Amino acid sequence: MPTFTKEEIVHLGDLARIALTDEEITRLQGDLNVIAESINKVQEIATDDVPPTANPIPLEAYLRPDVPETPLTQEEAIAGAPVSEAGMFVAPRILGEE
Amino acid sequence: MSTTEIVTLSAAEMAAKVKAKEVSSRELVEAHLEVIEAAEPSVKAFLKVSGDQALEQADAFDAKSDEEKAQLPELAGVPIAIKDMIVTKGIETTAASKILEGWVPPYDATVIKKLKAAGMPLLGKTNLDEFAQGSSTEHSAYQTTHNPWDTERVPGGSGGGSAAAVAAFEAPLALGTDTGGSIRQPGSLTGTVGVKPTYGGVSRFGAIAMASSLDQIGPCSRTVLDAALLQEVIGGHDKRDSTSIPEGPRPMVAAAREGMKRDLKGLKVGLIKELGGEGFQPGVMARFEEGVKKLEEMGAEVTEVSLPHLPYSLGAYYIIMPSEVSSNLARYDGMRYGLRVMPPADVPQTAANMMAYTREAGFGDEVKRRIILGTYALSAGYYDAWYGSAQKVRTLIIDDFKKAFEKVDVLVGPTSPVTAFKFGEKTEDPMAMYAIDITTIPANLAGVPAMSIPAGLSDDGLPVGFQFLAPQQRDEAMYKPAAALEAALEEDWNGPIWQSLKTPWLDGLGK
Amino acid sequence: MAEKLMKYADAVKKFDPVIGLETHVELSTTTKLFCPAEVSFGGEPNSQLTPVSLGLPGSLPVLNKTAVDYAIKLGLALHCEIAEWSQFSRKNYFYPDMPRDYQISQYDKPTNGNGYLDVELEDGTVFRVPIERAHIEDDAGKNTHVGGADGRIEGADHSLVDYNRAGVPLIEIVTKPIEGAGERAPEIAGAYVRAIRDIVRALNISHARMEQGNMRADVNVSLRNSPSDPFGTRSETKNVNSFRGIEKTVQYEIRRQAQILSEGGEILQETRHWDEASQTTAGGRVKSDADDYRYFPDPDLVMLHITKEHIEEMRAQMPEMPRERRNRLKGEWGFNDLEMRDVLNADALDLLEETVKAGATAAGAKKWWLGELSREANAKGASLEELPITPSDVAEVEKLIADGKLNDKLAKQTVVGVLAGEGTPAEVVKKHGFQVVSDDGALEKAVDEALAANPDIVEKLKSGNMKPMGAIIGAVMRATRGQADAKAVTKIVMGKIK
Repeated sequence: MPTFTKEEIVHLGDLARIALTDEEITRLQGDLNVIAESINKVQEIATDDVPPTANPIPLEAYLRPDVPETPLTQEEAIAGAPVSEAGMFVAPRILGEE
Repeated sequence: MSTTEIVTLSAAEMAAKVKAKEVSSRELVEAHLEVIEAAEPSVKAFLKVSGDQALEQADAFDAKSDEEKAQLPELAGVPIAIKDMIVTKGIETTAASKILEGWVPPYDATVIKKLKAAGMPLLGKTNLDEFAQGSSTEHSAYQTTHNPWDTERVPGGSGGGSAAAVAAFEAPLALGTDTGGSIRQPGSLTGTVGVKPTYGGVSRFGAIAMASSLDQIGPCSRTVLDAALLQEVIGGHDKRDSTSIPEGPRPMVAAAREGMKRDLKGLKVGLIKELGGEGFQPGVMARFEEGVKKLEEMGAEVTEVSLPHLPYSLGAYYIIMPSEVSSNLARYDGMRYGLRVMPPADVPQTAANMMAYTREAGFGDEVKRRIILGTYALSAGYYDAWYGSAQKVRTLIIDDFKKAFEKVDVLVGPTSPVTAFKFGEKTEDPMAMYAIDITTIPANLAGVPAMSIPAGLSDDGLPVGFQFLAPQQRDEAMYKPAAALEAALEEDWNGPIWQSLKTPWLDGLGK
Repeated sequence: MAEKLMKYADAVKKFDPVIGLETHVELSTTTKLFCPAEVSFGGEPNSQLTPVSLGLPGSLPVLNKTAVDYAIKLGLALHCEIAEWSQFSRKNYFYPDMPRDYQISQYDKPTNGNGYLDVELEDGTVFRVPIERAHIEDDAGKNTHVGGADGRIEGADHSLVDYNRAGVPLIEIVTKPIEGAGERAPEIAGAYVRAIRDIVRALNISHARMEQGNMRADVNVSLRNSPSDPFGTRSETKNVNSFRGIEKTVQYEIRRQAQILSEGGEILQETRHWDEASQTTAGGRVKSDADDYRYFPDPDLVMLHITKEHIEEMRAQMPEMPRERRNRLKGEWGFNDLEMRDVLNADALDLLEETVKAGATAAGAKKWWLGELSREANAKGASLEELPITPSDVAEVEKLIADGKLNDKLAKQTVVGVLAGEGTPAEVVKKHGFQVVSDDGALEKAVDEALAANPDIVEKLKSGNMKPMGAIIGAVMRATRGQADAKAVTKIVMGKIK
C-alpha cells in the first residue's frame, strides 16, 4: 500500500506545477494517505486476465475530412491572454529545460 | 398570468402556452428574471445572469413566423439556465474557479448551439463546485448555493446551482454535467429531476472537461417529461466530439408520455443488492422502498440483482477521475486565458514558476487535492497498480451491468444515501464527502444512463431521490418507469413534490 | 571551451557505436491533426487557431483522416506492420508553447510498428535500418525569445508565443538500435535520414525541407566495447536539422564518448544540442524524474481502427519508391554510378527528370543543373529548386542549342538572363538579340580580317598545326560579339587555308 511522504507530495507538486505551501503539503499528505488506503483495494480484483477499459462506449474513431474551417481571429485568440504583445502570448523567461 | 403562475408551470406546459400564444417567450424570460432577482439573495444559484441576452433571444424567437416556429423543437421559447461548466460565447464562463475569472469564451458549446437553434433563451450561468469537483457546491470559488428546501443546507453538487435554480423556480430547466453524480445527486437533494444520459449521447464539445471518460451533459428539470424533451434537444451525434455516439437521440419523450399511463406490465426491475445498508439514512430507504412498491403496483416485476464489483467502483472512480482531472486541468497555466500570478520577488521570475504560482493561487483545495492524487496515479511506476487497475475494474463493472441487464430492463436504487446536509458538515473529511457518491458513480464508470426523480420527503422533511439506470444507449428505457412512478407518487401527494416547498421569494411577485 | 575528443579512427577501432534516430516529419495536410484550422506558415501570429488548437476549455480533438492516410502510406513504405487498432495517449508536461500542456501522441499502441528501410550508401552498399515504430502526434507552437542575444533562449527576458504551429501533424519515425554500423555510423545516419526525406517526398506527404523545419531528427549515440556487450549509456542530441549536422553529430558523439570512456569516465544519459557554429554538441538536461510524462490513453479520443480495405486503398495509391526510381532513371539516362551519385548529392534528381521530360537529353540536363546552376545556387546559398529557373526553361535552352540557334556562350548568357528575371529563354534571346552568326558574309568578313591580322598563325595552320585555331576563333568571336558559331568559323578558316 502506498504511503505518501512529504518529499513525494513536494515532487508531485512540481510535476503538477503547483507551488504548494508547507501547510498544504502537510494536509495533502494526511488526506492522500486516507484516500489511498480506501482506493487501494481496486488492485485486489484487477487481475491479469481482465482487459482495461479506457472508454465506456466501444466506438471507433470518426475520421474528419481534411477540410479547413474559419479559424478564430487573432483578436479572439488572444482576447483572454493575461499578457500579450504584437498578437502573441507573452511568457516570462523560459529556462532551457526542454 | 401572474409570475408565480408562470414559473410554477412545467417546461412542457410553458411550451404549450407559448404555442397557444397565451404567453410569449419574452414574458417567460421576464417572469424568471423577476424570480431570480427575488430568490438569489437567499438561494445564490447563479454566478451570472445574462438577462439582456436572454431577452434578445426571446424577442428573436417571438418575432419568428408561425411556420418558422413550427420547425423548432417543442421546448422552443422556454428559457433555461446553464451550469457554468459549459462554454457560452460572449458570456463569462468560469467553472466556479478563480483561475478562469473573467474568461469570456469566443465559442459556444455544441449543446448551447442546439439550445440557441431551438429558440431557448439562456438565463445565465449557475454555480457549481470548482471545476465540478465536489458534492455540495461548497467548493465554488465564488459563492455558496443554498438548498431552497432549507437554506441552512447544501443543494448537493457539483451542480447545486442548476438544481437549486430549477427547484426555486428561477428556471424551468437547466443543464448540468455529471461525472460522478453531479446532476443526479443535487436533483435528489433538491427534489428535482436530474438525468445523466448514456456516455456519448450528448456532445461534450464545450463542456469544460473534468474527467473526460466520465463527464456527460444532461438535463435538470422539475418533471420527467421536461427532462425527456430537453434531452432530445441537446442529444445526438456531434462530429466535434470523438466520443459522441453516431446516432440520433433516443425516443425519450414518447417513452415518458407512455409512462404517464402508469402501466408497467412486463417491465423487469432490478434492485441493486449492493446499494443500501450502512450509511443509508432510514428515511431515504423508506421512501425508496415505497417507490419500489409503487412500481410493483403498476405491474413491474421486481427482483434483486447483484453487481458484485460495485463495491470497488468508488476506488476505481477515485483513481480514474483525478488522473483525468490532473491532465485536463493542466492547461490552466496562466499563458492563454484566465489568471496569471507571478512568483514572489525572491523566486526566479520564470515561466515555470509563473505557472506554479498561478495554479497555486487559482485552484482551490479540493481541485489541488485531486490534481496531486491524479498526478500520482499516472506517474511512472504506479500507473499499472493504480490507473491500470482502475481501468480493469471499469471493465468488470461494465460486465456486471451487462449481465444485470440481461435479466432486467432497468435497475433502481436510492440516488443519494443521505438527504441535504448542513454547510461544512462534510468538508473536513474528504472521504465522507466522496462516500456519498457511491450510488451515482457506477453509472458513470459503466457509461450507462441514469436519472433521479423525487421519491418524497424523508423524516427530516427533505427530498429523497429515486434512481433509475438503463442499458447503454437505451435512455428511453428509464424514462417510461420514471414517468410512471412520478405520476403515481404525485397522485398520492395530490400534486408535485414542490407543493411542500416554502417559497417566500415568490410572495408578492408581479401579477 | 573545447572538449577533449578521441581521434575518430581510434574511437571506432576501440568501441562499437550503436546509433538510433528519431525523425520528426511534418505532414503536409491541409488542416491540423485534431482540428480544422488550416496548416499555413508565415501568416499573422495566432491567426490559424480554433478553440481546439488553442487549447481552450471545453474543446475536443477530432482526428484528421488525411493524416491517417499519410501514416498508412509511410507505414507501407517502411515495411511496417500497420496496427488494426491504434491509440492516442497524452504525454503530460508543462511548457508555454503547449496549448493544453500535454501532447497527443501514440504511446504503447502506435499505428506503424516493426519495419525496416534499406539505405543505399555512397559506394552502393545497402544497409538495412530496422524501424521500431512510426507514430502520429501533434506539434507545439513556437516561442520567440526577446531581450537576449540573437534570439537565443539563454539570457532572454521573456518570450512571445505563436500557437499557429500547434496541432500540425507530425509522424515520428523511431529506429531500433542500429547495430553493426561500425565506422560508417555517421554515413549511415545521414543516408537514412536522406532516404526518409526522399520517401516522404515521393509519397507527397510532407514538404520535407529540413532547413525549414519540416523535418528534424533526434540522434542517439552510445558506445560499447564489443558487439557482444549490452548497449552503453546513450546521449540524445535533439532537433538536428541538416543532413550534415546529423553525420557530424554522430561523429562528434562517438569521439566525445570514446574519450570519456577511455579515461574511465561515465556517459551521462542526457539530452544534448548540436551547435552548427562550433560543430560540437553541447550538454543539456540530464534525464530525471522530471521526464515522468504520465502517459495515459487520451479519453477524448477513441481507438483508431484501420481496416484492411483502408490499407489496400492506400497501397493502390503508392508511387514508385525512391530507390527503385533512382535505379530506373539511372538506366534510362545511361548514367554510371558516379554520375548518378553526383546528381543525388546535388539534390537534382527531380529537376533532371522534369527537364528530360520537357525534352532535354539527360546529359544536357545534368550539364546545366550540376554545372552553371549549381554554382549559382551555391553562390546564393539557395537550393536548386529555389533558383528562378524551371526545368522547362532549361529544356528550352537545350533545344535552342540543338537547333543551332545558340552556342554555348550565348546559352549561358540566356540562362543568366532567365535567372535575372528577364523572362523565358525565348524572351531573353529576343531582348538581347542573341543569334548565332554562322553563314553570312559578316562571318566570312570577320574571318578574313582575323587571318589578315595574324599572318604567323596562318602559316602555322597551313603547315598543319591546328593549335592556334582557338586564337582565330577568339578573334572572330570578339568581332561578332560572341554570336559566331565556332564550328562554322572553323569550317570557313579551313576552306581559306587550303
